[in-house]
Amino acid sequence: MTSFAGGWQTLLYKEVLRFWKVSFQTVAAPILTAMLYLLIFGHVLEDHVKVYDRIPYTAFLVPGLVMMSVLQNAFANSSSSLIQSKIMGNLVFVLLTPLSHWSWFIAYVGSSVARGLAVGLGVLVVTSLFAWPQFVAPAWILVFALLGAGMLGALGLIAGLWAEKFDQMAAFQNFVIMPMTFLSGVFYSIHSLPPFWQGVSHLNPFFYMIDGFRYGFFGVSDVSPWLSLGIVGTAMLVVGSVAVHLLRIGYKIRG
Amino acid sequence: MPAISFQSVSKTFGSSRGTLTALDHVSFDIEEGEFFGLLGPNGAGKTTLISILAGLTRASSGRVAVRGHDVQSDYAQARRQLGVVPQELVFDPFFTVREALRIQSGYFGVRNNEAWISELLDSLGLADKANANMRQLSGGMKRRVLVAQALVHKPPVIVLDEPTAGVDVELRQTLWQFIARLNREGHSVLLTTHYLEEAEALCGRIAMLKAGRVVALERTSDLLKAASSNVLRFKIDRELPSQFADRARVTGRIVQLPAHDAHEIENYLAAIRQAGLRVEDVEIRKPDLEDVFLDVMSARHQQEVAA
Repeated sequence: MTSFAGGWQTLLYKEVLRFWKVSFQTVAAPILTAMLYLLIFGHVLEDHVKVYDRIPYTAFLVPGLVMMSVLQNAFANSSSSLIQSKIMGNLVFVLLTPLSHWSWFIAYVGSSVARGLAVGLGVLVVTSLFAWPQFVAPAWILVFALLGAGMLGALGLIAGLWAEKFDQMAAFQNFVIMPMTFLSGVFYSIHSLPPFWQGVSHLNPFFYMIDGFRYGFFGVSDVSPWLSLGIVGTAMLVVGSVAVHLLRIGYKIRG
Repeated sequence: MPAISFQSVSKTFGSSRGTLTALDHVSFDIEEGEFFGLLGPNGAGKTTLISILAGLTRASSGRVAVRGHDVQSDYAQARRQLGVVPQELVFDPFFTVREALRIQSGYFGVRNNEAWISELLDSLGLADKANANMRQLSGGMKRRVLVAQALVHKPPVIVLDEPTAGVDVELRQTLWQFIARLNREGHSVLLTTHYLEEAEALCGRIAMLKAGRVVALERTSDLLKAASSNVLRFKIDRELPSQFADRARVTGRIVQLPAHDAHEIENYLAAIRQAGLRVEDVEIRKPDLEDVFLDVMSARHQQEVAA
C-alpha cells in the first residue's frame, strides 16, 4: 500500500479495510447465522413445503438466504460505518478532504457491495455443503447480487446520514430492513400466500431482488426476471439519487 | 493574494428559543507566510469561524477564500491548500498510526508519500508508535497524530484549533518547534489558543473575537505597546479586599493590578496594608498579552471604544 490513484479509491480502500479488520464479526458471524437458518428451517420444513416442482425446499432456501445476507450486510456496512464515524467524531478526517459527494457515494456503496458479496459468497459456499444449488443463469445471479447490494449500501448511507444515535439506527434496521427482507420471499414463494399478501409483496422491492436472484439459480421465478430487473434498477436509481443528493448538501454532516 | 480571506462572514443558528448569532460580519485577511493568532473567550466564535473555513459548517452570509479559492464554490481546491488540526481529540480506532497517515494522504490524492510521513513521525516524536493502533495511544500521542494527519498533504495553510489544550510541556515544545519551522519555510499558520503566552511568543498578528465580532486586529507588538499601563504583581496571605476585585487578575495568592504610575502603585500597596494583608514578592512588569486580552474583553474597553 504505497500508492493511491486518487482520493475515492483511498476512501473505498479504507472502508473495505474497516470491515475486513473485524471480519470475524462482519463476515463470519452472518455466515453462521445463515447456516443456522438453513439447518433449522430446512430440516423442519423439508418434507412439508414444496415451492417449485423438482426443487427440494432446502435447495430453494439457499439463494434466498444468500441474497438476504447480501442485502443485510450491505446495509449494515455503510450505515454502521457512518454512524460510528459520526458519533466518534472521526468523520471529520473525511469531511476535511477535497473528496466530492460522488467519491463518498462510490466509496461507501462500493465497500458495502464488497462486504455484501463477501458474506453472500461465504453463505453460498457453506450452505452448498447441505444442498448443492443449480446455476442455470449465472449472469442474472451476478446482476441481482450487485444491484441488491448496491441499493442496500445506498440505503445504509441514507440511514447513516440520518441517524444521530445508535438506537435510531437499530430502529431503522429492525422496523424497515428486517421486515422487508423477511417478507420478501426468502423462506417461501409468494404464490403460497393469500391474494392480499401476494399484492402487498409485489410492493416490496426486496421481493424482486430475491425473486430475480433465485431465477439465476433455478430458471424459475414468481415473476419475470426482466420485470424484477426493471423494478430493482429503478429502486436503485431512486435510492442512489437521494443518497447522492444528501451527500451533496452535506445533510446532517456539514452544519 | 491572502492565504485566508474572511469577508463579512456571519453565522446564525436557529433554535426553538430564537436565533443565536455566532459570527457577526467578521472580516480580516491573513497574508501568505503569516503566523496569525485568533483569540477570544469560549463561545466567541473562533471554532465556528474555523469550521466555516474548513467546510465543516456553512456561513449564513459572507465569503471565505483560501489562497483565492472560495471554500464553498471551489471547495476541492480550497481544502487542498488547508491542513486543519481539529480541536476535539478524535481518532479512527481501526487503524495504526502509519495506516491513518497513509489513508489521510490518499484522500488528498498524494501518492508515494512515505518519506514525508516518516519525517512527520520523526518530527512529532511518533516514530516508535508508527505501528501502534490508535486506541493504544495516550491523549498526548493522539494529539500528535492529529497534527501529523493535518500536515500529511503538505498544505500551504495550516490551521490549529487549540492544539495544546490539555497537553504536556514536552509536546508543546515539540509541536511549536515544528510548526515554527514550517512557518519559516513559508507555510501560513492560523492558531487559536487559550495559552496567551504561546500566542504572544509565536503570532506576528492577532485578531480578538468577542461574541462573534472582531474587537481587536493588530500586530502583536503594537497590541502590547498600546497597553496603557504597567502591571503591579505581588503575593498576599489572605483574600483580596473587594474594592480591587473588578481591576485585579487573581491567580491563587498572586494578584496583578494595572498601574499607570508610581502614585497609583503606592496607593494600592497602602490600601492593602491598611486592610491588614501581608504583601510579598512585589514586582512591576511590562504588560503581557493576557493583560491586553483581559483589557480588550472587559466592558471598560468597550465603553472607551464607543466613546
